[in-house]
Amino acid sequence: MTTKSFGEPILRKEDPRLVSGQGRYLDDLGHEALAAAFLRSPHASARILDIDVTDALDVPGLIGIYTYEDLEGRVAEPLPLLIPHPALLNGRTGYPLANEFVRHVGEAIVMVIAEDRYIAEDVVELIKVSYDVLQPVVGIQNAKAAHNAVHPSVPNNVSAHSVKEVGDARAMIKAAPHKLSLDLFIERSACSPLEGKGVYAIWEEDSQELRLWSSTQTSTGVRAAVAAKLDLPLQKVECIAPDVGGGFGVKIMHPWPEEVLIPWAARKLNRPVKWSEDRREHFISSAHERAQEHHIEVGFDEEGRILGLDVTFFHDNGAYTPYGIIIPLITSTQLLGPYKPASYRVEFTSLFTNTVLVIPYRGAGRPQGVFAMERTVDAIAKYLRLDRTVVRERNFIQPDEMPYDLGLIFQDGRPLEYDSGNFPASMAMLKEMVGWDNFETMRSEYAAQGRKIGIGVACYVEGTGVGPYEGGFVQVETSGRINVATGLTSQGQGHQTVFAQIVADELGVPIEDVFVTTGDTRRFPYAVGTFASRAAVMSGNAIALAARQVRDKALRLAGEALECDPHDLEIVDGIVRVKGDHTKSIALKTVAVLSNPLRYAFDESAKAATQFAVGDTSKPPVPEDQEPGLEGKDYYSPMASTFANGMHAVIIEILPDTAEVKILRYVVVHDCGRVINPMIVEGQIHGGVAQGVAGALFERMAYDESGQLQNASFMDFLMPYATEIPTVEAGHLETPSPLNPLGIKGAGEAGVIPGSAVFASAIEDAEGFEIRRMPISPSELWELRRTMKENA
Amino acid sequence: MNPEELFLVELTVNGNPLSARVPARRLLSDFLRHDLRLTGTHVGCEHGVCGACTILLDGKPVRGCLIFAVSVSGSNVTTVEGLVNNDGSLGVVQRAFHESHGLQCGFCTPGFITTIHAFLKENPHPTEEEAREAIAGNLCRCTGYQNIIKSVLRAAELIDSGVRDDH
Amino acid sequence: MKPSRFQYVRPASIPEAVVALQRQNSKVLAGGQSLTPLLSMRLAAPEVLVDINGLSELAGIELRGSELWIGAIARHQEVLTHPLVGTHVPLIQQALTYVAHPVIRNRGTSVGSIAHADPAGELTAVAALLGARIHVVGPHGVRDILANDFFVGPLESSLTHGELVTGVSFPVLDSSWGSSCVEVARRHGDYALAGVCALVQIVEGRLTAASIAIFSVAGTPVVIDVLDVCTENEKLNLKVQSLIDPDTDIHATADYRRQLVKTLVAQALTEARSNAESRTS
Repeated sequence: MTTKSFGEPILRKEDPRLVSGQGRYLDDLGHEALAAAFLRSPHASARILDIDVTDALDVPGLIGIYTYEDLEGRVAEPLPLLIPHPALLNGRTGYPLANEFVRHVGEAIVMVIAEDRYIAEDVVELIKVSYDVLQPVVGIQNAKAAHNAVHPSVPNNVSAHSVKEVGDARAMIKAAPHKLSLDLFIERSACSPLEGKGVYAIWEEDSQELRLWSSTQTSTGVRAAVAAKLDLPLQKVECIAPDVGGGFGVKIMHPWPEEVLIPWAARKLNRPVKWSEDRREHFISSAHERAQEHHIEVGFDEEGRILGLDVTFFHDNGAYTPYGIIIPLITSTQLLGPYKPASYRVEFTSLFTNTVLVIPYRGAGRPQGVFAMERTVDAIAKYLRLDRTVVRERNFIQPDEMPYDLGLIFQDGRPLEYDSGNFPASMAMLKEMVGWDNFETMRSEYAAQGRKIGIGVACYVEGTGVGPYEGGFVQVETSGRINVATGLTSQGQGHQTVFAQIVADELGVPIEDVFVTTGDTRRFPYAVGTFASRAAVMSGNAIALAARQVRDKALRLAGEALECDPHDLEIVDGIVRVKGDHTKSIALKTVAVLSNPLRYAFDESAKAATQFAVGDTSKPPVPEDQEPGLEGKDYYSPMASTFANGMHAVIIEILPDTAEVKILRYVVVHDCGRVINPMIVEGQIHGGVAQGVAGALFERMAYDESGQLQNASFMDFLMPYATEIPTVEAGHLETPSPLNPLGIKGAGEAGVIPGSAVFASAIEDAEGFEIRRMPISPSELWELRRTMKENA
Repeated sequence: MNPEELFLVELTVNGNPLSARVPARRLLSDFLRHDLRLTGTHVGCEHGVCGACTILLDGKPVRGCLIFAVSVSGSNVTTVEGLVNNDGSLGVVQRAFHESHGLQCGFCTPGFITTIHAFLKENPHPTEEEAREAIAGNLCRCTGYQNIIKSVLRAAELIDSGVRDDH
Repeated sequence: MKPSRFQYVRPASIPEAVVALQRQNSKVLAGGQSLTPLLSMRLAAPEVLVDINGLSELAGIELRGSELWIGAIARHQEVLTHPLVGTHVPLIQQALTYVAHPVIRNRGTSVGSIAHADPAGELTAVAALLGARIHVVGPHGVRDILANDFFVGPLESSLTHGELVTGVSFPVLDSSWGSSCVEVARRHGDYALAGVCALVQIVEGRLTAASIAIFSVAGTPVVIDVLDVCTENEKLNLKVQSLIDPDTDIHATADYRRQLVKTLVAQALTEARSNAESRTS
């Protein structure tokens, strides 16, 4: 019997390569390529008056200097607005190189191509740009005040405005026995994968073809965008995502200016060209996320049940909106989490600022929404002097109410309907694991030693596996090797392993024989990309469906060969055999031979498929409704997203003098449906929690009023080390999704989502005063304590 | 502007004598990656914080991005490629990472592996806290470090049980 | 993020190094752990880099009379594990455990840290507190600079153009002395938000000397004799607070740094005392 691998902690197939230095990331390719470097704006808002390259021209090794004026055709047009939305009234995108105006520090103005990156940077240093420096708009407050405009054509700096209502929340709040209002704020952070972005392009002059590699989360998207920009037929462009050193959202945006410019330059120069983003560039010219300001009005009854919830929030979308308003759309819908307020109103305004553009960072608007909701629930509990978990439980959607329609439209344009989940069970498990009911004993034990501790809790629901679709291709070679391809890309999620697990089980073959390729448009040209915790759900199911096709075909062909009913056959360890009579069997690889009738014998196995060796002469060699080859391709396109959920609890100690927060325990209960590989899911949770801790206690983007990012390095952007991250205790619930064949839900973003909410809850619990802004540093917490004391 | 002066840099890398003529400003990380084409050593920040470029210089872990190649000509360098056993099987720390799911995207991994390799020579039986301290100069964005700490302890266990490690 | 061009000189002797340093806009390359990032970010672009890593006379750690001499290319890690340092000037090792991470310490030099005059540097504070002598050689010969005269401002020393720091000598502290170094940083290994080195002497059970050096709270380490106030916390704090001038930056407010100093000074003095007691016994 083939060992079932679905659900098992199978070790990763990608590891041996990666741990021995044999990975191939973007900058590991193209040693002979020319290098690009960019002159980027030092100003947040300015008009470019002049670009003087005179001093730069005699640098040995310089190949070319390009400004906006040099761009041709559609390359000179604004970059696409990828996700239009009716509420996005004033979407704006930039140009590959700045066209007269720069709108954030870091915007590319000049591209330099040289023999190597050192020389390219020398040239950049010698180019002189003169500017008319304009007053920038930095931060939500300034954007709202609108004394200055990011885009003169956009009134009040507003890119989008949206109001959604389920019931009459305002009336319900007015009539409610109790009311509270809260003002909340979350600061910017960023994905910060350890590998920055990068593009490498080769132009084949003879065949007029472009091959490009990008450190991207969507090679199909980049391919299409570049083909359009360069006015090339899609067939003449291939895009490959090589090993990618982390993404977390920033690499789903496309085309980045460099993804257009590098191929353009490669074609123009007829030389391979490469650009590898450095860390400073990543800080000032990639993307950030998270900054939102919320005002909440809530009305509730004596029991803490929410009767009306009215949320008004402002979202900082940076200088441009190429990725649309996905983030505030997600915030506005996923804010509700596992709760069912009797009525809900949400209004958001998305604002331009002269800062790096804002696109999804793991969690994508959910951390802010969860922060808002969970702060509200905690506030209700405090007001009513109820246990925080009791108020949560009273507002939970119950398992017997699933599927539950929340009456809103989700980010995929489809109704927001939770497919499954058991929130009370999750909460019970969390409370048990963290010892919620005994915490007061623990608190007094610590207090007796003069130590101050607190406990926090936060819940979330995450829509995962958003459409529109992904595809899968499965092929059995005559050697017995199984090739699997899917179009979406990988950045460390272990796709080569989990997809192989699915195929191994569906097809009945050893996992060692299965080889998965992702993110290569030559192997699978139709795909969307890896984001929104969708890869396992989308490609996993597509690959399962494709494998089932292969299995059906294999059984049919084997049935013909063995002269028996395909229904009596099974595939075990790569052998097709009769159930109960293992003497009648045929190897799957032999079936592959039979599937492809041949004229020419190029090896022993092929010989068996030649025209004088096989075939029923009464039928055509390939039956009319069949194709040669033992392979299958299928797509998975769900009606709706599937909703995973989880609950986190943290116990912290706060040092009395320095207000430093020490994490004593971090507990996660997580439900992402059926789990393909628990080891990998748990790894995703660990990594997510680390980013949650980072976002709550360490990381922020510190812009000054002139729009300079003051901490654009790993020295000052405080990405935590191992010493700052707790050990995660994780518990799993598996409520299968009824929506897809495998019953799975996404897990990629889960860990990060409740980070700010759970720490705010714990700090508030320890200190006794309200925490309304995150992240929070020891200095800020100490200052807050002082203010509270002064006000008291 | 004059062409840049070149210097002969000779290193013994993973046991092999290798050399190239490069400008004085060539960082050791770039020298290994682009001049010697040993791309296992990665560059994550180029200002010495992330640790992805950590290599062993005469056996001691150092940041490849904070050293000029010319300054260490004549030295012995070991990179992650050089920690594979002579028969091609994974070295013990590499194997421990695989077994403990100590990596996700794998970009930071080479710097961790070289650091831990050297650490375990000095402290073959670390506690969990010592393991945590030992990796506290390297950034990882994927794993949350939990399984990297586990990898350190697993590697120690493998060494104890006499698993082959040629380096 | 690649350094600008520079001329590279690898002198075979100290005099050769000094000659090379006479060239315009020259800079010494020792461990390079602070310098290289500045070069890569092009925040510094010396025309000449004088690499002293090959000068064996600048290597090593030696007891020279009543002083402990540390050579300009002794790596932090060597200093941190050297028995002479542990025996004679334990404060250096107490401070070094806070300096960056072990991998940086394998290459970075302790003398280089001092020459760099970073106000957030732990060793800067140690040198200032102990009254270390910085040995300098230049076009006009050799000279010694006392630490207090050496640190002029943030990243600014009294070295003049063309001078090379060859080593630093620290006074040996007999077992009547105790010391400590404590700090608070955002992340393990980061520069401190504030930090304190303390030095006390206990003779026959009586405290006969007590001083501290506070770092990260002014342009140079702030050395304060606290013998007169160190038993009265309020007075101690008043004195300390009147002599520091911390800044507000993105990581902490000035007042928070003052709070840290208050806590750390008390902690450092307590630890220094128990260190003295443990060294005596």
